[in-house]
Amino acid sequence: MKKKFSLKGITSSRETSLVIVVILLCILVQLRNSAFLTPGMMENLFKNYAVTMIMALGMMCVLLIGGIDIAVGSTLGFSGMCASLFLRDHPGMPVIAIFLISIVIGTVCGTLIGLVISYGKVPPIIATLGGMYVFRGLAYLVAKNEWVAAYQFTDGYKDFAQSKYLGFGLLNNLIVLTIVIYVLFFIFFKWTTVGRKIYAVGSNAEAAEVSGIKIKQVKIMCYAILGFLTGLCGAIYTSLYASAQGDMGTGLEMDVIAACVVGGVSLNGGRGSVVGVFLGALTMAIVGRALPLIGVSQFWQTAIKGLIIIAAVILNVLTQRVMDKNNLKGREM
Amino acid sequence: MKKKLVSVMLCAAMAMTLLAGCGGSPSDSDSAAGGDANAPSQGEDSTSGGDKEQADASADDADQNGSDQATGTGGKSCAILVKSAGNPYNKKMIEGFQEIMDAEGVTCVVKEPEEASAEAQIKMINELVAQGISSIAIAGNDPDALQPALEEAMNQGIKVCCMDSSVNADSRQLFVNQAGIEIIGETLMEAVYDITGGEGQWAILSATSQATNQNAWIDAMKTVMEDEKYSKLELVEVAYGDDEYQKSVDQTQALLANYPDLKVICAPTTVGIMAAAKVLKDEQTDVKLTGLGLPSEMADYIGTDDAHSCPYMYLWNPIDIGRLTAYVSLALVDGSITGAEGENFTAGDLGDYTIEAAADGGTEVVLGPPFAFTPDNIEEWKNVY
Amino acid sequence: MATKSGRVISAQKPFDWKKALLKWEVFLVVIFIAVNIMNAFISPYYLSVNGLFTATSSFLEKSFIVLPMAYVLLLGEIDISVGATVALSACMLGISFNAGMPMGAAVLICLLTGAACGALNGLILTRFQELAPMIVTLGTQILYRGLAEILLEDQATGGFTKVAWFKNLYWGKVGVVPIMFIIFVICAAVFGVVMHGTTFGRRMYAIGSNPLAAKYSGIQVQRIRFIIYTLTGLFSAVTALFLASGMGSARSNIASGYELEAISMAVLGGILTDGGKGNFPGAILAIFILGFLRYGLGLVNVASQLMMVIIGLLLIVVVMAPNLNLGRFFKKKAAK
Repeated sequence: MKKKFSLKGITSSRETSLVIVVILLCILVQLRNSAFLTPGMMENLFKNYAVTMIMALGMMCVLLIGGIDIAVGSTLGFSGMCASLFLRDHPGMPVIAIFLISIVIGTVCGTLIGLVISYGKVPPIIATLGGMYVFRGLAYLVAKNEWVAAYQFTDGYKDFAQSKYLGFGLLNNLIVLTIVIYVLFFIFFKWTTVGRKIYAVGSNAEAAEVSGIKIKQVKIMCYAILGFLTGLCGAIYTSLYASAQGDMGTGLEMDVIAACVVGGVSLNGGRGSVVGVFLGALTMAIVGRALPLIGVSQFWQTAIKGLIIIAAVILNVLTQRVMDKNNLKGREM
Repeated sequence: MKKKLVSVMLCAAMAMTLLAGCGGSPSDSDSAAGGDANAPSQGEDSTSGGDKEQADASADDADQNGSDQATGTGGKSCAILVKSAGNPYNKKMIEGFQEIMDAEGVTCVVKEPEEASAEAQIKMINELVAQGISSIAIAGNDPDALQPALEEAMNQGIKVCCMDSSVNADSRQLFVNQAGIEIIGETLMEAVYDITGGEGQWAILSATSQATNQNAWIDAMKTVMEDEKYSKLELVEVAYGDDEYQKSVDQTQALLANYPDLKVICAPTTVGIMAAAKVLKDEQTDVKLTGLGLPSEMADYIGTDDAHSCPYMYLWNPIDIGRLTAYVSLALVDGSITGAEGENFTAGDLGDYTIEAAADGGTEVVLGPPFAFTPDNIEEWKNVY
Repeated sequence: MATKSGRVISAQKPFDWKKALLKWEVFLVVIFIAVNIMNAFISPYYLSVNGLFTATSSFLEKSFIVLPMAYVLLLGEIDISVGATVALSACMLGISFNAGMPMGAAVLICLLTGAACGALNGLILTRFQELAPMIVTLGTQILYRGLAEILLEDQATGGFTKVAWFKNLYWGKVGVVPIMFIIFVICAAVFGVVMHGTTFGRRMYAIGSNPLAAKYSGIQVQRIRFIIYTLTGLFSAVTALFLASGMGSARSNIASGYELEAISMAVLGGILTDGGKGNFPGAILAIFILGFLRYGLGLVNVASQLMMVIIGLLLIVVVMAPNLNLGRFFKKKAAK
């Protein structure tokens, strides 16, 4: 019981430090460019990074069980491309059907990877590395090297990412979608047995197995969840950018993983929270968004991004160490 | 149950590998036969049943093809090597090239690297040299890095020309230029002048900071801008979207946020202009757009009213570049031209061309001036390319 | 039905594993031969000594990374910053060469840059042992690439071909054998001997199988980790040399994606990312399997998109194949 309490303490204060980082970043950027903290800019930020934010949640599931998935960029490209091609050939389809197609394809891709990992006993990085090549190749092949252009999309589909009908005219659809998914996942991890099982498998797989959790099923489920969200993002991506290219989402996996890790998710499994992931993804979004705004030379931006990631990760470790020390002290007393 | 699932999956995967291994030959055979049913469609269907037969069929294909090539070494085979796969612009160029080669009865080899890098192209050049190809037409991903590999190829007697994006003068015999660099610079500047009304701020959204042709055009525009006529125009920034959609969107939005008085964005890249068009439409700003873009991708955004951000833009016909490149390759292989300045040749329906000196010290043929896409003709062109 | 009796025999798991490992190299040799036979059938140009040696040039330059990458994976770690290290080292080479330094000095600077990049990875990872190598090297990957961009901006740096000996690194041949091939064989031999014939190698295996146990048995785990990361950086710089020699110039965007290719090769060779498992000859075999497979398919002009699918599936299937049998036995046992 005592242990549970201290664990809670750690996660909550780790998030506090992230909140401080986010606020500091915002202030710094705001000082350089007053256009930053405006409603329009914020809406753009959340809209454009909705994909990263949603996928980071899925990636968290996979990281929690000690896995990793570097195929998500390709999965997004493949599912988004399939859905867009379908829309191109069947312009009468409702928006929701296109989303469903993309989601189904994404889920199938994720499940396949999960099966290979749990039953084929292939290390996650290899399975997803293979998946990365395969799905990317398939995305090119199904599209026959073509793009799906804006005029080939229906208006309803293009407008989805721009209009606000899900948010009752107040909030952009994508932002509403992001919020709903985050709330659902918060509940899922906090108060459902399945959600707790994921943590159990991640922190100690053997103990989890002994206590009757079917590890393989949990693993497949996690990859399927990530696939599901990736498929959803495939549709969001094509709707947001009103076009589909075979190479879309290249390199996205690293952004998503970086968002998770900055948010305090451990690559060793078992540690991470929905709030942390949100803050991590937000930090990455602010960095990506703000660098062009503050007038830094084009050529410096990549290096600065790298530095920020390294700094954030190391900061994470340092706060963790301090907290561990304090906890230890508390126990001695 | 699960065991079965896994073994079925494994079998499917293996069959697919097998099929894929053999299925490669179609891309070769169809390049010989005339390119509609290309390899991709086969690969994608392979998860369904009947893998075996398909694989057998393609294996037969391969044999036949192999012998074709073996006997064909005495004949001619011309290769086209584009920047990267998965890009409709490159695909159209290939189509034009293939069309002429098929009409002339010459074996046509198509190479598309999976990523737009010089390393991948060097590897493919080596493969082409090993096949004893007669000529290579290449769109360079890097002007200098291909030099050793292409020199090696030329030493083996292979004719090398380039199209679309040039490699340096030492690594080619001839450059098929889609439009003169100065003409593009002048045309785009004139468009910016026209749309802004002659004064105000404007910005450039380019591809990667490394792209040769982009940088050449931007430099040409800057040179043109020194003229007194353009003195009231202020170029505020050259932003780089890396030809990535999301990054181009970010960069466009940053431009809008940073320069509230911005009047025009000029994007001389097909990905950048598309991304910028999308942003301008969503943000419903008064900022206008012009540049170089594919009509099919841009059809939605071209128009003169406020709802459309792009009044007009330019491009050349990539199919014609492919065609002209094919004629150039054939003429180089025939020996009817050597790539020296002042030589003439006839490029079928495209007419007669004269080889001119290029700015970098090499030689080039210029396809023609860039073509303007306006609201009047976009409907017609969006289905072409 | 035959499997029913097979299940009983294979109940002793550890024994089976050893067998599987022993078989791995044999398995790879079989694949290697199969690939070559297939290639010889599909292309009449494949079986030529000159052509095959030239073909090695197109994949050997990045294979220099595989050598230390095998060590990194053996430790159960990963380094995805190698591609960016290659780019940064090559840029430093070009800058120092074009600043008027003799080529020899520029080469030295290139190697030092690579080693420094690797050492920084090693330093962060040994100072902050809680951090996963994946995330640290992801950060440094972006950082090194960014540094290369700062150095060269949108320019290329070139003119390396003016120095004849430097151009020969990639293009030179002794008879029909490329110089690069000879150097690679020597390096591979040294790496192989170190891994299988020295205390250092045995310590790496020990760390890979159980870092804590290794630490308590007196192995300086952190020092070895540091050395190996530095070595990885150094050999990334070696790759940078050959790449720069092959292209005669360098840019900040070269060598992207090399990390994943190197990892695929090492893993296909049987050095799994779990650590403590794998043999060096396997990794070398895998380099040639993948290289020749790509070359053969390239000779018959297979679309590169399809090639991606093939390579990806091959990677998964090959790694999964030996595990599947084991999985099946488990199932049967449970069913009973």
